[in-house]
Amino acid sequence: MLALEFPPINEILRWRDLFPTFNKIAIVAVLATLISIVIFLLASRQDGLKAPKGVRNFAETIVEFIEQQIIMPTMGKHGLGWTPWFLSTFLFIYLCNLPGVIPILQMPATARIAIPMFLSLLVWLTFIGTGFKHQGPAYIKNSLFPPGVPGPLYILVAPIEFISTFLVRPFSLTVRLFANMLAGHILLVTFALLTNELITSDSIALKPVAILPFFMLVFLTAFEVLVGFLQAYIFTVLAAVYIGGAAHPEH
Amino acid sequence: MEALAFLAQETADQKAAFAALGAGFAYGLAAIGPGIGIGYLVGKSVEAMARQPEAAGMVRTTMFLGIAFTEALALIGFVVFILIGL
Repeated sequence: MLALEFPPINEILRWRDLFPTFNKIAIVAVLATLISIVIFLLASRQDGLKAPKGVRNFAETIVEFIEQQIIMPTMGKHGLGWTPWFLSTFLFIYLCNLPGVIPILQMPATARIAIPMFLSLLVWLTFIGTGFKHQGPAYIKNSLFPPGVPGPLYILVAPIEFISTFLVRPFSLTVRLFANMLAGHILLVTFALLTNELITSDSIALKPVAILPFFMLVFLTAFEVLVGFLQAYIFTVLAAVYIGGAAHPEH
Repeated sequence: MEALAFLAQETADQKAAFAALGAGFAYGLAAIGPGIGIGYLVGKSVEAMARQPEAAGMVRTTMFLGIAFTEALALIGFVVFILIGL
């Protein structure tokens, strides 16, 4: 019947190197950076006093989205100074996720663990740095010994808080983004392979069945666009929650 | 000699089979809890939004945060699946 064989994981995640150490992932990451820089450079050229149009309209929509949907619900008004930071993180992640559904590229740069890992290390360093900047050395004390816990319980609470704040946060940020994009990529590969295999199969009865995985493929492609946006949003919101929490301790 | 080679081949096959089995179970079991959790979470959020539409924005942000935390477990299961299965 079907000689369906899933390719080894390296084959679907690794494209031919253009030259050593520079492959498709690197191209996508560089493109994401360049595109976001160009969009905002073009937008800043226009006169801010006139009604925005074209690329500036787009840029203003993104900035407003970051301010209203990401910073205001998590950090409040005093977090608005962080807009550029979250804006660049969000745009970079989104533009790295999007190539997962763009033909020819077909590879989200965040499906390799390096980019999510460095992004979450960046978030980790930023929220610890913010904590020390706003609270001084007391940041460690405030985050390990949350107020309102009866004294002896701190023996239990402090290690748990240490693990969940300083170890699990960067790990879960990394794994969430990485695994979501990898899972999406593998799903797309699976259904594309299945469609291809059914269409090129020898028996005439199997050929029309290919329409089923093809519909699934189309549906999943649309779903991946949503997932790419949602993961960029969730990563940025969590970064905002962590940084906001470090800037203002619980009372 | 031949028997030894056959045995070695047999062991390798068995190892691969158990790895595939383990990978399948790892992902399947890891998906149960988060599946129930996310369903419950989103259901409750929809209920909250229907009762108080003006709080929808806040509920939505919190809902996504909750989903992100719940989903992490399933994703760790998926990573384990990749690590031992492929």
